[in-house]
Amino acid sequence: MTALEPNDQPNDQPNDQRLQTAFREALELGPDVDVTSLTYRGVPQWDSVAHMQLVSTIEAAFDLMLETDDVIGMSSYAKAREIVAKHGVAL
Amino acid sequence: MTGWPPGARLLAGKTAFVTGASRGIGRAVAETLAALGADVALGGVRDPDGLAQAAAELAARHGVRTLALPGDVADPAAVRASYQAIFKAWKQLDVLVNNAGVLEGARIGMIDDRLVERVLATNAGGAIHHLQGAARLMGRAKRGAIINVSSIMGVRGDEGQAVYAASKAAVIGLTLAAAKELAPQGIRVNAVAPGYIATDMIAGLAPEVHAQRLGQIGLGRVGTAAEVADVIAFLASDLAAYVTGQVIGIDGGMRI
Repeated sequence: MTALEPNDQPNDQPNDQRLQTAFREALELGPDVDVTSLTYRGVPQWDSVAHMQLVSTIEAAFDLMLETDDVIGMSSYAKAREIVAKHGVAL
Repeated sequence: MTGWPPGARLLAGKTAFVTGASRGIGRAVAETLAALGADVALGGVRDPDGLAQAAAELAARHGVRTLALPGDVADPAAVRASYQAIFKAWKQLDVLVNNAGVLEGARIGMIDDRLVERVLATNAGGAIHHLQGAARLMGRAKRGAIINVSSIMGVRGDEGQAVYAASKAAVIGLTLAAAKELAPQGIRVNAVAPGYIATDMIAGLAPEVHAQRLGQIGLGRVGTAAEVADVIAFLASDLAAYVTGQVIGIDGGMRI
């Protein structure tokens, strides 16, 4: 497992913002959606196909590779936040 | 030795992972992919030191980057660790050759429970674990080629090979399903089904069995691991950019 330090990220967004951006991009969510309250299958866009796209987007955003258990366990935005933090991303 | 033209750098800039690269077809595939310019990670379980040496020799011979990733394909944790290692070293994976396998025969009625578990866990389970790991890395780049090594036994079956044939048929099912599921991510998944190939796996066969096998081959000779590797290299390359969900026989016209 490897992760960049916050200052090494490819852009200067705070990490919380970067995670929210990853969700918006991967799930194609409008600006009115409260990303922080999202749960898996809680919105039509977050289905099993989009989930893998979300994982890829988060991995690319933070330059890390998640474990299979993380992929399966990423059931909400809050859980995703916990998972990326576990991989060394400061949130 | 590869049959591709000398100096062909068909796979330059690509990274590949070959499982079961300690010997036989896997070793030949690693050699061919490196000769064609790919950086190659070699997986193997039996001889970690030998694997590291093979990786170093390959790097020196072909001027590519190599990794030695010892581990049992039947161990999901070891497989995951391999992909973390590739991510850490290379950040990407373009080609997976899912080759690791065991060949153990037994006639129906004499099939030991542990044989079933061992053969299915390695040949089918291992292929699934690796495909899943590779797809994760390839999905990020929206491209990739996975080549699963099945067998003519998985297509035709044969006496005394029920478990092995079942495991290799599973590899074909995996290929067909994964090709559909991963196509939207730009990942191609194909299988090869080698016939009677000169490797350690067949070296111990009785002379009469060998003769019987030869008689089943249209081209009248045993295939070589390098000939299998050449087809795999094609499937790994952009020359096969529109080929997915296929099972390619490499068997010299063998009839079982």
